[in-house]
Amino acid sequence: MPLIGHVIAQRYDSDTLSYMSATPNNPSLGVSPPTRVSLFVTCLVDQFYPQVGESVVNVLERLGVDVDFPEGQTCCGQPAFNSGYRSDARAVAKRFLGIFDGDGPIVTPSGSCAAMVRNFYPELFHDEPAELERANRVGERLYEFSEFMVDMLGQTDLGGSIDESVAYHRCCHLLRELGVDAQPSSLIQSIRGLDIRPLERSEVCCGFGGAFAVKMPDVSTAMLDEKLDNVLNTGAKTLVAGDTGCIMHMAGGLRRRGSNVQVIHLAELLDRATSANTAERSI
Amino acid sequence: MKPQTKEFRRVAAKTMVDPRLQKALEGVYNGFYKGRIAAAEATDRWEEQREQGRAIKEHTINHLDYYLELLADNVEKHGGRVFFAADVDAANKYVIDLALSRSVKTVIKSKSMVSEEMGLNHVFEQNGIESVETDLGEYIIQLAGETPYHLIAPAIHKSRDQVSDLLAAKAGGERKERAEDLTMQARAQLREAFQKADMSVTGVNFAVAESGSIVLVTNEGNGRMATSAPRIHVACMGMEKVVPSVQDLGTMLRILIRSATGQRISSYVTMINGPRAPEEEDGPEEFHLVIVDNGRSKLLADPALREALNCIRCGACMNACPVYRKVGGHSYGWVYPGPIGAIVTPALTGLKQGKDLPYASTLCGACREACPVKIDLPRMLLELRGQVTEGHPDPTQRSSSFAERIVWKAWRFGMSSRGRFDLGARAARAVLKPLSVGGWLRRSPPPVSGWTSSRDFPLPASESFRAKFKRRQSKRAGKK
Repeated sequence: MPLIGHVIAQRYDSDTLSYMSATPNNPSLGVSPPTRVSLFVTCLVDQFYPQVGESVVNVLERLGVDVDFPEGQTCCGQPAFNSGYRSDARAVAKRFLGIFDGDGPIVTPSGSCAAMVRNFYPELFHDEPAELERANRVGERLYEFSEFMVDMLGQTDLGGSIDESVAYHRCCHLLRELGVDAQPSSLIQSIRGLDIRPLERSEVCCGFGGAFAVKMPDVSTAMLDEKLDNVLNTGAKTLVAGDTGCIMHMAGGLRRRGSNVQVIHLAELLDRATSANTAERSI
Repeated sequence: MKPQTKEFRRVAAKTMVDPRLQKALEGVYNGFYKGRIAAAEATDRWEEQREQGRAIKEHTINHLDYYLELLADNVEKHGGRVFFAADVDAANKYVIDLALSRSVKTVIKSKSMVSEEMGLNHVFEQNGIESVETDLGEYIIQLAGETPYHLIAPAIHKSRDQVSDLLAAKAGGERKERAEDLTMQARAQLREAFQKADMSVTGVNFAVAESGSIVLVTNEGNGRMATSAPRIHVACMGMEKVVPSVQDLGTMLRILIRSATGQRISSYVTMINGPRAPEEEDGPEEFHLVIVDNGRSKLLADPALREALNCIRCGACMNACPVYRKVGGHSYGWVYPGPIGAIVTPALTGLKQGKDLPYASTLCGACREACPVKIDLPRMLLELRGQVTEGHPDPTQRSSSFAERIVWKAWRFGMSSRGRFDLGARAARAVLKPLSVGGWLRRSPPPVSGWTSSRDFPLPASESFRAKFKRRQSKRAGKK
């Protein structure tokens, strides 16, 4: 029997943009939530945002989950795949499958990289049956961070607190490729003292799109400007998101505007809110 | 119509600095986009009906030859004539020969995207036949000499002021301001055309195979007028527009109209079963159905792109698309804008010249979420990207630059070893650090220069996650 089926068809409310409360959706929950996971930290977190990876480890360890980091890991291959360079993407994806072959859940702080493995590896390997099977096996074990927290660990309230105003951007691949929306929302809502500002058009793309941001910079920037106007309109001091590509994009745009709004990953928010050291409970 | 897909970047750039166009596009979100969501929420079993719509389209496209023959047989049974056109030239020739042989002087048209593919207005003009669009939006862009900006709202980019000017020029100078007056002015102009027209050309929203009916969905009533007043009616349809039965039509209409305008039903849904029967008092003497292929067979033959034929032209994907809402309809350079246009346009008119179109997307998935028949548009955009670089069966249609191939080979080399991955990041940091302020770059060399034109770019971190994790583990081992 597979460990657990993914909850990829979670309904979310794309109109009112209201946060919906999540319910754990794990049939095996209560029997034996996993106590050990492999971390797929993603290339972007590894080299640009290592603090996000540290926060993931901190949060999981506080919940009694041991984290293993397969050392050879680099990238899932998405940048080349999205750019149309499928043979280059396949080479890197095969390497990824080799590194994450094995048992037990894999956790990643990225909806986009999880979507690459779960939704797009089958496309990439559609005419290579052996790789396809391996891809499906790894894909079944791979969870985005907030999805793992709620659906696998049954955590919807970590009991943390932070006195801060935040807005939450719903990253596209997390929202629409994985259908993971209620999970991050419930985790954010559970934090005491947090002033959550509703973000207009929170479901609309920030214009990142990987190579798109470089290939069509003017279109990408026009989309980013709309997003940042909406973010600044909330008056929130911190913007929270679930994917570091989007974070890099929005933070880079805010910095160019001279704004002091910080952009952080959901894992960082949860880490600070649940830190034993109360002095760290700020952003 | 000649594709202008090479111009994507140029037209997009112009659109994004045009405040009037941006204002018009901004309205799409609060109008059509929210309207669709509200209509879907108010509809029982909406998701189930989308599934059903998808199943109907999939089944029909997989048995397209059968249903097209059934349709043709039934249209002919009612006294209509059917012509299968392999391409737009054949379709145009049929329509023009018909018009000339029947001494047609004036044609009225009701909205038809396939007639835009055909460039039919232009062909009529060349043959000395007056052709007047009767859908108000189409009429406005015909007066402006432009192409549709949106599938269901072709003149959405025109301000009231511009419409005033266009109608006034037609009326010989009398300029109206209020929307009601403008509508009356257009109505008077169109009424004249309706009265003198010998022939009408309409589109087809759906054609029902089992009954031989063609179905038109309109809000202005011009479609019904066009199909009943003139003595000849010619309906043009892309060959994917057939549905098996009237029962299927019910599902398709429900999801089409809600997805297009947010209405539960449009003001008019017209079903036509051929020309006037002997016992009937009105209707056209002749009915012709022109079924156009024009490259659709290529889509049908390609399992990776066949799904594009499921499209029912509701426009929901472009309303949802944040790229369309910035670059507008004309950037896509042919008949079909937005995400579905970014797929069918290069596939039908040439991938080499349309190579920018599949890349004009962040793959955010909003189009797939909006699509009433659940077409997986991001998957097909990715498929076309793969065809652009290396996958197209015809090598002359591929177009990856040498520089780009080198970049990706280098990336692959770097990502294929943890050591090289770390080394690459350390080297990048060392090179970029002197150019940075507070850990961020304001300017950068290519290929990142596109990014830093408007956004700061972060330096790689001073230490990778792997290094941090290793230290953390050894510290912990030391404690034990």
